Amino acid sequence: MTRWSRYTTAYRTIVIKEVLRFSRIWIQTILPPAITTSLYFVIFGTLIGDRIGEMDGFRYIDFIVPGLILMSVIQNSYANVVSSFYSAKFQHYVDEMLVAPVPSWVVLAGYVSGGVARGVAVGSVVTLVSLFFTDLEIHSYAITLLVFILTSILFALAGFINAVYANTFDDIAIVPTFVLTPLTYLGGVFYSIQLLPQFWQDVSMANPVLYMVNAFRFGLIGVSDIDLGIAIMIILSFILALSAYSLNLLHRGVGIKK
Amino acid sequence: MNALSIRNLHKRYNNGFEALKGIDLDVEEGDFFALLGPNGAGKSTAIGIIASLVNKSSGQVAVFGHDTDREREAAKQSIGLVPQEFNFNQWEPVVEILVNQAGYYGIPRSEAYLRAEKSLKRLDLWDRRSSQARALSGGMKRRLMIARALVHRPRLLILDEPTAGVDIEIRRSMWAFLREINTQGTTIILTTHYLEEAESLCRNIAIINHGRIVEQSSLSGLLSRLHTETFVLNLREELTRLPELDEHVLVQVDDVTLEVELTRGQTINDLFETLSRNGIEVVSMRNKQNRLEQMFINMVDRDRSSIVEGKA
Repeated sequence: MTRWSRYTTAYRTIVIKEVLRFSRIWIQTILPPAITTSLYFVIFGTLIGDRIGEMDGFRYIDFIVPGLILMSVIQNSYANVVSSFYSAKFQHYVDEMLVAPVPSWVVLAGYVSGGVARGVAVGSVVTLVSLFFTDLEIHSYAITLLVFILTSILFALAGFINAVYANTFDDIAIVPTFVLTPLTYLGGVFYSIQLLPQFWQDVSMANPVLYMVNAFRFGLIGVSDIDLGIAIMIILSFILALSAYSLNLLHRGVGIKK
Repeated sequence: MNALSIRNLHKRYNNGFEALKGIDLDVEEGDFFALLGPNGAGKSTAIGIIASLVNKSSGQVAVFGHDTDREREAAKQSIGLVPQEFNFNQWEPVVEILVNQAGYYGIPRSEAYLRAEKSLKRLDLWDRRSSQARALSGGMKRRLMIARALVHRPRLLILDEPTAGVDIEIRRSMWAFLREINTQGTTIILTTHYLEEAESLCRNIAIINHGRIVEQSSLSGLLSRLHTETFVLNLREELTRLPELDEHVLVQVDDVTLEVELTRGQTINDLFETLSRNGIEVVSMRNKQNRLEQMFINMVDRDRSSIVEGKA
């Protein structure tokens, strides 16, 4: 058995374990975002949306679809890793990996892939739901898929860091509630930042979610408040920074070793 | 080759508590080794460091010659750990726990299922393979942890109080299983509070107290240093008068029970001869205290006294 075959088997094991975990509890993991997003489509898209009129030349419901899909990807990629890794810490079965010859980067890659898998699963379900309310004509499949996956990776990494530092179940709820949700709602999911006064447009530029939502919107419907290249660069920079930070935490055993 | 070599191992926790104060320890390949000590002595910390669950402060640990700093993966590949606390996903099916653990060691899933089947059958858990781990009894959970630790066929198995809270029947069957895998070549290090268990299973022993190894020797060598042993004798007939013997001090517990202390050099044959001469017939006898337990208490007490004297 070569070192690489050992690593790939370990990686596959973590990914399968993660996918089985969220699949077993699909009523808690897959169904709620589908229902919540349906409500968004009904209320903001159909009932209120018709009164709002057009946004950037698109029907309001067509404008918000990309943001709503990406919001579900962000929340679920994050939630999967934070809850799974914290549970592993809480019940001490993270030890199963620590005693085995699994390098830190394989552990991280496995958990992040699990988060991406749930992000993709939920994002796909939400996309299917959106087809009941709008006709999706995808502007660029490549950009849509790229932003979809990169955003999922980024928030899976963020969820991992949250789990490493968390000491209680409250700690894994604080960041999604008080940081992630405001950033997402103020990240241009429901509006174009062109509607805001210049000052708030400048403030919005500090919100990383804005870049992802706009890049994804560009991929789906071809409009964006942000330059696509800058958006991709920013997402990649965050991924690199969070990956390095996560690996350092794992290497030092922060939160998992005495 | 030594299965385990520890040199000058120190561990100081962030709160300043020094759990290990420079321990040296060698365990030979194929040994069945007991690491004993009172609660808080440093046993679990030492095991945690060997298994990479605890970061050491300084010192060296080598497993089958592989330094745990420089050749960490090779060292880890050789170790199987059964920790003190249950540390598996309580919601996961039993067979999945084993298959996943095998996967972390690079064993492909198809092979992992075969190994899991073999281990679970051997430890009488096959019928419960699809149950969630939380549904198992305490004894089953202990056996599950042993099966999990062995799924990658380690050369060194470390068990931290594996039979705690397990009934006597299951404990005996676990002993038989451990003896069997030791005979097949697996080196075993055991910590336990049941000194009868250590005496029954282990060939060599180390006693750790206050973060220091206070004794390391063979079990037989250690027990031979026991100066006195107290035996409880059950008599055939009621004793009306306690005889006064020159060689032995007898204590009458009740009408048909005596206690007698034998010092080193005295034999049971001599004792029985003397009792027989005095018309006392013995039906059965037993050690008042487990021999290792007696030795253990002596050593820990001696260590405590030396620390108190040192402070004074």
